[in-house]
Order: sequence, then structure tokens, then C-alpha cells
Amino acid sequence: MQSFARIARASPRVKASLSAGRLSTAGSIRCASSASSSGEALKKTPLYDFHVAHGAKMVPFAGYHMPVQYSSLSLADSHHFTRKHASLFDVSHMVQHIFKGPAAAAFLEKVTPSSWSSVAPMSGKLTTFLWPGTGGIVDDTIVTRIGEDEYYVVTNGACLDKDTKYIDEELGKFGGDVQWTRLDGSGLVALQGPQSAEILSEVLATDINLKEFYFGNTVQAQLKLADGSKTHPVLISRGGYTGEDGFEISFNGKLYPASESTVKAVESLIQTAGPERLQMAGLGARDSLRLEAGMCLYGHDLDDTTTPVEAGLSWIIPPERRKAGGFHGAEVILPQLTPKSKGGAGVERRRVGFVVQGAPAREGAEIQKDGEKVGTITSGVPSPTLGKNIAMGYIKDGLHKAGTEVDVVVRGRKRAAVVTKMPFTPAKYWKAPA
Amino acid sequence: MASIACSLRAVRPVAMRFAPRAAPVVRMAPLRSFSSSRMTTSYISRMNINRKTNQCPPSLTGLARKYTKDHEWIDLSADRKTGVIGISEYAAEQLGDVVYVELPPASGEWTEQGDSIGAVESVKSASDINAPVRCKVTHANALLEEKPATINQVPEDDSAGGGWIVKVEVDEEGAKQFDELMDAAAYKEFVAE
Repeated sequence: MQSFARIARASPRVKASLSAGRLSTAGSIRCASSASSSGEALKKTPLYDFHVAHGAKMVPFAGYHMPVQYSSLSLADSHHFTRKHASLFDVSHMVQHIFKGPAAAAFLEKVTPSSWSSVAPMSGKLTTFLWPGTGGIVDDTIVTRIGEDEYYVVTNGACLDKDTKYIDEELGKFGGDVQWTRLDGSGLVALQGPQSAEILSEVLATDINLKEFYFGNTVQAQLKLADGSKTHPVLISRGGYTGEDGFEISFNGKLYPASESTVKAVESLIQTAGPERLQMAGLGARDSLRLEAGMCLYGHDLDDTTTPVEAGLSWIIPPERRKAGGFHGAEVILPQLTPKSKGGAGVERRRVGFVVQGAPAREGAEIQKDGEKVGTITSGVPSPTLGKNIAMGYIKDGLHKAGTEVDVVVRGRKRAAVVTKMPFTPAKYWKAPA
Repeated sequence: MASIACSLRAVRPVAMRFAPRAAPVVRMAPLRSFSSSRMTTSYISRMNINRKTNQCPPSLTGLARKYTKDHEWIDLSADRKTGVIGISEYAAEQLGDVVYVELPPASGEWTEQGDSIGAVESVKSASDINAPVRCKVTHANALLEEKPATINQVPEDDSAGGGWIVKVEVDEEGAKQFDELMDAAAYKEFVAE
């Protein structure tokens, strides 16, 4: 018999589920690698009081008190509401940075496999910080060029300590002219869902044609507040972490009183949109939404030992960087891009999606083929949209093709599973016409 | 995997504000015994009324219902030889939308108190259902395989159509363990802590 305490010690995943359902799983495990929250007092985002006043269940996540869900909606309801209308997520636990200076692009091209000097101003994309030597992923991040030699970078809250040490060391080794500012005390909220654009357009105090403001674009703007005044300038990026159209709005705490302005802007959004169109949503819905969208959660689907090729993120490496290399771990990553069958190094494992019969597969579940272990599940959830159990995980190269039938072991029993293309639900980004 | 109690632990500080919806008063009703099937039938119809008023329906077979710290409930029959087990309304509410219930096979083997006899999966988490007392599973509630959400609707209903999980045989040791569990009033206090 396993006592609660014994289970907790034996498996980090269980420890996570103790501390708030699976959701905070993310928190505790992600923190395990960065040790940012244990033992320290939890921090509060600018919206803490707002969350509590709105019936949020607060849980520890990435060193913060974060809302996991609100009393008004169940997790599944909140999930559906986001896909049908729009939800507002507090993501202020994420870490915002500015890298500025003549050598900023060169630095980012050293630590990530993407191109930055050629990226259009006010646009951004997903990339990864990489470990030298191994090409393992330090963290996944969105980098946006916001000036001639200025880049706005958002990293995972749970990786704060690790990333800080990494960036500090890398800047030291790099030696070029780069100023790095961490925007502590800032606010960041995500407005997500099909009604996001109409809602945002109603609170914009700046004239922006949202029809031509595409996925990956960023703009500086002001928002209307309830009392008729405007916010200080905020940074609005089109994108998000749900697979829906949406926006992330950043309130820079280094330049402005973000702890006040974030709350006022959120109140304005909620009031303007009304409860029929916009609800607050927490980490719970965020997790099931991102999983349906096939997006990785660092600390689960990605870690220090995973390379972008194994993680199915080869697309972040553009042709010029494949040719020239010059980023951390290129000596490992570039040969992996060519499969073994074509004379390259290939990879041993790949991140793929699964649909699992019966019980939902959760993180840590073993993937088997003909009774032999061929991989591990890294995230799983009953998909509220599809009514099926979806999961992602790493499977042996060769078994990664969609349609491959495998077994996933949940509570000692094999469950039939099929390798499935991701995203599980179609992405609805507002993209520029091709 | 975590027990239900474990899964709920982190939300406890906030969860305190939720009183269990079950009205434990019913559970405190004087002991009854059933001598005819007709009486049982009429009892079921009363239960349906109870369900509408969101009251916890009284047990058909049991004389008393007790609760564990892991948020399971168990009814013990008058002869203390059989029981019905489920999860509490409080637990069901905290777990949220239940999407899958893992039922144990009627293996004919005895399960020790605290060992897993099944699992409840919600969007949020997977939680073990632990045996409240030493017992042997005789029936599992097959309805839950088709309609796991029954657990959210009527978790403490032990009738056909209810959200009970398993029916069990209980031996002397199990019956003794039953006596040590919390009654409805104590459990209500426990979840309010």
C-alpha cells in the first residue's frame, strides 16, 4: 500500500498533482529544474487582488500565486468559452526582458538557432535558448524585434533562476555590446479566442487596423480605461498559447506603474466586453487549450536534454542558419536535421501527439509497442473540444508516423493509442495572406 | 498517483469556502431496516425528490454512512457484511468535470484499507479511489463507464443511476475499521477546516 507521503516522494508528477491537480504540476516540476519557488515566499502578480475578488482558486505556480480557475466556470466550460468567445489570462508570471545594443541580434543568434538581424521590425517568433555542446533546450521563448537593435523577449516563469544564470553567463562569454534588462514587476495578460479582436478594437485608444495586424506582429498602443482616461503605452502582440486568434498585452513595469495599469486595463476589457464575450480563465484551461493546440510546456514536453529536432521544432531553424550554423549546439543539431536514412545523424526519439483510448494518459506514462518500451508521455489531458484523450510524448524514431498504433500504460494497464498529427484542433491564427 | 485528498490539498485554502453540498442530516436519520422490496421502491422515488432538492439521498442498504480523509464514503449494511463505496460531493465538486472512472474488476481478492480500488480522472487530475476499509469488490458501477459525469451529478447516490463506485463485501476487520471513520457531521467539519 502506498501512503500519500510515500507516493509524493517517489514521483514528482504525483507531488504535483497533490499541489493542485495536474495544473500546478506544471509549476512544481518546472520549478524543480530552476528551484525558483521552493522555500521562498510566493510572489503576487499585479492582478492578485483582482483574481481573489473574482473567485479564483489560487495555486503556487512558477513562484507566484496564480489563478488555476475561477468559480464562475468549470475547467471544461472555461476551455469551451475560450474557443467560442474569448478569455483573459494573467500571464504576468512569465519573465519579460529587453536585449538592446548593436550586438543584440548577434547575441541572440548565438544562443538561439533563429535569425534576428533579418527579422522585420515589430514582429516576433518562437525560438529556444540552447545549451552549448549538447544543443539541449534551456527554455522556449518568444523573441520580438521592437527596434533597430532592440528585442523584447518573454521566457517561462518557472525557468527564471536558470535563465537568469544562463543569460548572465552567456553575455559574459559573448562580450559584445548588449544591454539586458529584466522587466520585473511588469504585467502581461493574454486575450484569447475568436472574439478577441473585436473586444480589443473596442478598448484601443490608438488607431490600429487589426485586419492588417497579423499573427507575430507587435505594436505599441494605448488602451481606453473605464474613467475615460488612457493607459500608458503598452506592447500588444498578436498570438498566444491556445491555438486561437488572440493578443498578449505587456505593461512595462520598468517604465510605468504597471501594477496599477494592468488592473485598470483588465477591468476595462472585462467591462467593455461583458460576461457574454469575455471571461477570466486560469492555468487549468490554459493547459488543456495549449495541449489541443500541440504546444509544448517547458519542463514537461521540453527540457535541458531535448534538442529542437527531437522536439519537432526544426521549423524554428531557417535555411541560412542550417547552412552557416554558429549557434550553441549547432554541431549536434544540424546533423540531426538529416535523417539516418539519408546519411545524417537523425534522432533517436521524436515528440508526437497521441489519441489514447479509455483512461487519459498523463505525464510519465510508458509508451509500448509489442510489449517493449518505446517512449514516454510528457503531457496528457482529456480534450474538452474533441471528447478524446489527447497526449504528447516522445517515441522512438521510426514509430513517429501518424497512424502508428501503440499502447500506453496507465495504472498498470495497456491502453490502445494512435500516433496523431498535432495540433489536435485546427489553429485559428490571424495570418497574413500567403 | 495521488489520492483524492492529495489532489485536493492545494486548493484547500480556497476550497474551505465551499461547504459540502450534501445535507448530512439525512444521514443522521434513525436506523431503519427494510423488509420488503416494495418499501425499497418507494424509497427510491423519495430519493429522486431528494436529488432535485440537492439533498444527499439516504442509502438503501445501509444504516450509516461514513467518510474518509481521502473523501470516500462508505455505507455499511445492517449485518455489517456488505457495503457501498463512492466519493463525496465535496470531492466531486473539487475535482471538476469527471471524464473517466477506472473501475476495479471483481477479482475476488481482498483489498486492504487505503489501497486503490479505482481512479477518477477529471480534466484537472487523476486521483485514486482508496478502499475506506478492508473489503472485497463484488460489483462495480458500470454506468460510470458510459456516463462518468454521473459522479459530478449524484456522487453520494447509491441507487441504480447513482454515482456510487463499487459494492463490496466487508469482513470483521473492515467493519471495525468502519467504526473508526468520520460520520457525516465530523466529515463536514473536516472539509471546513
